[in-house]
Amino acid sequence: MAMTASHGFTFRVTALRLVLFGGFLLSWHVLTATDILPAFVFGQPLLVFGQIVDWFWSGKIFLHLGVTILETLLSFAIGTILGLVAGLWLGLSPFAAQVADPFLKGMNSMPRVVLGPIFAVWFGLGIWSKVWLGVTIVFFLVFFNVFQGVREVSPTVLANVRLLGANRRQLLRMVYIPSAMSWVFASLHNAVGLAFVGAVVGEYLGSSRGVGYLILQAEGMFNMNAVFAGIIVLTGCAFVLDQIVTVIERRLLVWQQR
Amino acid sequence: MNTAPPAVSLDRVTVTFPSRSAGHAAYTAIADVSLAVADGEFLSVVGPTGCGKSTILNMIAGLLTPSAGSVSVFGEPLRGLNRQVGYLFQADAVMPWRDVLRNVVTGLEIRGMAEAERTRLGRDWLARVGLIGKDHLYPHQLSGGMRRRVALAQMLIVNPRVLLMDEPFSALDVQTRLMMENELLDLWNADRKSVVFITHDLEEAISLSDRVIVLSAGPASRPIGEFIIDLPRPRDVAEIRLTPRFVDLHTSIWSCLRPAVLEGYRQSRETA
Repeated sequence: MAMTASHGFTFRVTALRLVLFGGFLLSWHVLTATDILPAFVFGQPLLVFGQIVDWFWSGKIFLHLGVTILETLLSFAIGTILGLVAGLWLGLSPFAAQVADPFLKGMNSMPRVVLGPIFAVWFGLGIWSKVWLGVTIVFFLVFFNVFQGVREVSPTVLANVRLLGANRRQLLRMVYIPSAMSWVFASLHNAVGLAFVGAVVGEYLGSSRGVGYLILQAEGMFNMNAVFAGIIVLTGCAFVLDQIVTVIERRLLVWQQR
Repeated sequence: MNTAPPAVSLDRVTVTFPSRSAGHAAYTAIADVSLAVADGEFLSVVGPTGCGKSTILNMIAGLLTPSAGSVSVFGEPLRGLNRQVGYLFQADAVMPWRDVLRNVVTGLEIRGMAEAERTRLGRDWLARVGLIGKDHLYPHQLSGGMRRRVALAQMLIVNPRVLLMDEPFSALDVQTRLMMENELLDLWNADRKSVVFITHDLEEAISLSDRVIVLSAGPASRPIGEFIIDLPRPRDVAEIRLTPRFVDLHTSIWSCLRPAVLEGYRQSRETA
């Protein structure tokens, strides 16, 4: 990595990235404009861009984007809290962990997306069927991380704090939870991405709002440009969420070596 | 003084660990150990690697229950954790997620002391162990020596009556180690608590202690020698090593320790 320190090297990397990206857009444009590739199937970059601008300019996107983000954040928050609580509880209670083990393994092996239709029946076509779909995905990710984290708390640190007089509640607050938090954060990047997947897949399966709904609607009308535009908006949004997690992580985990 | 009960006393204590898997014999770490630490005494325990030195400390701390025999603290039989001891572990035991100040005041926080008060005391202790201005650093930003100082302040701030130290300076380089040993003696001199100091370094044991106990090689270790260290205090741990009396003591303790070390070495080669 020492090479990245050189100024010329950084410049060459950036330049090559721009060339690659520009080349991709250009060839997409040329191939579809000259009908070598059917624009009907592959869309056209300028029209995709135009669609994105139109969505934001008219404000039409904000309702849908807001719904998708709300679903993502709710499933992320609920899944993380449930995963943290369950992970701490089972991590500290070997008996409960032993009892729950086969159920957890079984449920974790199940592809959770198949629950989508059932949740649509249970929770309706509003946001909650999407939220719970996301929760089932996020929960297990956070749960397994916390469970592992609790079991790997340094026995020396634990013995030390006990000898300083801590009771069970103080141990939880001073040792287990802060220690588990670093494991939670290790899973948060994935969790945000998966919460997003839960929301969008839920919207595909049946909804009247959300970016997933927009894409589904556009696909129904064979408007490939809008489909691509929706995908790009979702990607950008996921990227921003991931950056936000990084910032929060830096704030909360200042104690970690980097 | 003679009528006061010892700070810590072990009465014919045996610790046997059950075998981890069927077919293996249970492991007896220490067998039939009796020893007493007087109030205000600095006692060191030396012995070859794997002779159950840490087992003795863990038992005094109440982290481990003896299989036979009894432990008493200031005349009272020990049940559960020993709330009167401070323990300086061999491995890092400070909380990596707390900064220096919050690590040091942990014990006060547990006891419910108000934040302003404990911060004041915490700063006081940071000054005493030479960590002024390091309040808001995290352990990973400190050197090994500084982390030891944090652990030392964290232990001493709650004013325990007995200090247990398990090879506390073994991971430090030689110079830092001598500095820390002198600082420890200064701190100890201020209020003379009882100390049980575990080490495999005989020079360290002699230069710090009032008394040195030698343990035999494990399994089933027991004390095989006891030496009163009549060197004058206050001491400088580096200079005192050059005095003739130190050399005499070193020679006689080493002649007791040597067979145990050789035995321990032979065993470790056989199992390797």
